[in-house]
Amino acid sequence: MNLMEPILPSYLDQSDAVRARFERIRQRDTILEVRKLGKRFRSQQGEVEALRGIDFSVRQREFVCVIGPSGCGKSTLIRILAGLDKHTSGEALLDGKPITGPGQDRGMVFQGYSLFPWLTVKKNVMFGPHMKGHGRDQAERDAQLWLELVGLEKFADAYPHQLSGGMRQRVAIARALVNQPRILLMDEPFGALDAQTRAKMQSHLIDIWRNIDITVLFITHDLDEAIYLADSILVLKAHPGEVQEVIEVPVPRPRTPGQFNSPEFRATKARLEELIHPAPEPLPEDEQAVKPHMIRFTDVHDNVE
Amino acid sequence: MNMIAKWFGGSADVDARRRALLGTGSFLLPLLAWCLISYTPFIWHPKVLVTDPGGVDYFQVDMLVDKAMFQEEVANMQQAHLAPPQGRPSNPIYLPAPDDVAKAFYNGFVNPPSNTDVPSMPASLWHSIQIIFWGFLLSSLIGVPLGILSGTYATLGRLNEPFIEFFRYLPAPAFGALAVAILGIYNGPKIAIIVIGTLFQQVLIIANTTRKLETTLIEAARTLGSKNLKLLSKVVVPGILPDLYRDQRILLGWAWTYLIVAELIGTSSGITWFITQQARYQHFDNVYAAIMTIGIIGFGSDLILARLGRRLFPWDRTQDRQ
Repeated sequence: MNLMEPILPSYLDQSDAVRARFERIRQRDTILEVRKLGKRFRSQQGEVEALRGIDFSVRQREFVCVIGPSGCGKSTLIRILAGLDKHTSGEALLDGKPITGPGQDRGMVFQGYSLFPWLTVKKNVMFGPHMKGHGRDQAERDAQLWLELVGLEKFADAYPHQLSGGMRQRVAIARALVNQPRILLMDEPFGALDAQTRAKMQSHLIDIWRNIDITVLFITHDLDEAIYLADSILVLKAHPGEVQEVIEVPVPRPRTPGQFNSPEFRATKARLEELIHPAPEPLPEDEQAVKPHMIRFTDVHDNVE
Repeated sequence: MNMIAKWFGGSADVDARRRALLGTGSFLLPLLAWCLISYTPFIWHPKVLVTDPGGVDYFQVDMLVDKAMFQEEVANMQQAHLAPPQGRPSNPIYLPAPDDVAKAFYNGFVNPPSNTDVPSMPASLWHSIQIIFWGFLLSSLIGVPLGILSGTYATLGRLNEPFIEFFRYLPAPAFGALAVAILGIYNGPKIAIIVIGTLFQQVLIIANTTRKLETTLIEAARTLGSKNLKLLSKVVVPGILPDLYRDQRILLGWAWTYLIVAELIGTSSGITWFITQQARYQHFDNVYAAIMTIGIIGFGSDLILARLGRRLFPWDRTQDRQ
């Protein structure tokens, strides 16, 4: 260990304010309850167990991030919660009612661009209200309101292809929120954005969450993003996808990008890294076989390093 | 090398003016070749058009004879001390010069036919267009919905696509006799051939286009509360519309290729009847004029439809590359 660095506190240490906050969260209603949830499917390699015995719950206005190595089934989990996939065992309850299919009580923001390219920004946001059977006027009023909230009222009549990646995801968030869902499910929504836009979108999302009665379940593979956003982080492990740990993030709120270097932040990150990138195992044989044999293709004397 | 790279390099950044220039060139080059062959007496011209038979008893004015035969007769006449025949090099009757075809084209539309049992070109063409219209409309009325449904619902697709896949290999003209037996000899069987020729391709192509719609869009719509018929009408159909439109344009071209066969079934009619009649009288200038009219109508209508498509689907990005 580097002696210059102060020893990090444990990620389990919570300041009084943080502890009190978690206490308050625990007293809230449970919005989402997942019990012994499992998912098996048949593939060409035989039967695969994507998820096994997933247990967790999300309280009202709690911000929960799901993180895990690739193949841990985090996307499968959120798709089951959205009703797009079926689970094979256990149950998922929203407000105590089992989830059987997609519904407007859950909003979803996808990683890829999921806006309808043939509709203008405003009409995209109006899609949900229309499906609910709301009239044109009310749908338009709602859309206007939510577009203002994500700061895109000027682009109401633009088509999605005219917007930048970050703006498109803002529209996608507005489109999901206009239905006033109980929970907002976000499947790596900022994964395709560049670092700068991504940081902006994270702050923006926190702003929205702070001002609206919305509960968020957010999938990411970015550790910093998870710590920066979440109250609790659900850490999954792969093959089969199981809950490894639920971490209560000790970083106090309100969050600012300045906290990335705080001891709590780094302690949490160290723990996450330990869970997600464990000590390197010896490479499996087939990967050793593809080790490149480096040949020098440049002047021997011309060293760049 | 640089010049070549400049003209043939990245096709994406060829600017509009150059594109128009190349487009015009693609039409002018064949025309130039045709002019060269027609108007330069020493290129090809394997025949001789007799202008004065001289002493040859079986030669007549305006008769086309082989060059070798003509020269032989010239030699014969010189030996016999008779007047040699006169003539000028000419192309075979099946290759009229561009100006002849242009005149035939003009006359076909402006002057009524000299022979009353021969149909006029505009009337023949109008008849053909009607056959295409009804054939394509009927095919689309069945093919478009069936294609969209097959592409959306896997079960329905698996139920009908193997059979359609098989059926589309059966050549449409093979159903000619059958169509006549069932539908009579007039327009019925002709429309049927167009339908048989397009419908089966149409179902498969449109089903495929439908399948290529981003699943994320459908899933997003489902999480926003749309299902069943609304999902189909509010997401699937608008989502594939630009591609569907493009498919329909290609399929319309397909329908035109079946026209000639279709019109030979039962009583010949339309532009095909006109062409075969004119060929029988060896009016090849009229034949060329009619063939080109088909080309102009097909190509022209496609250009108009392409432009209309750009108006109709302003969000469609793939059109920027066309």
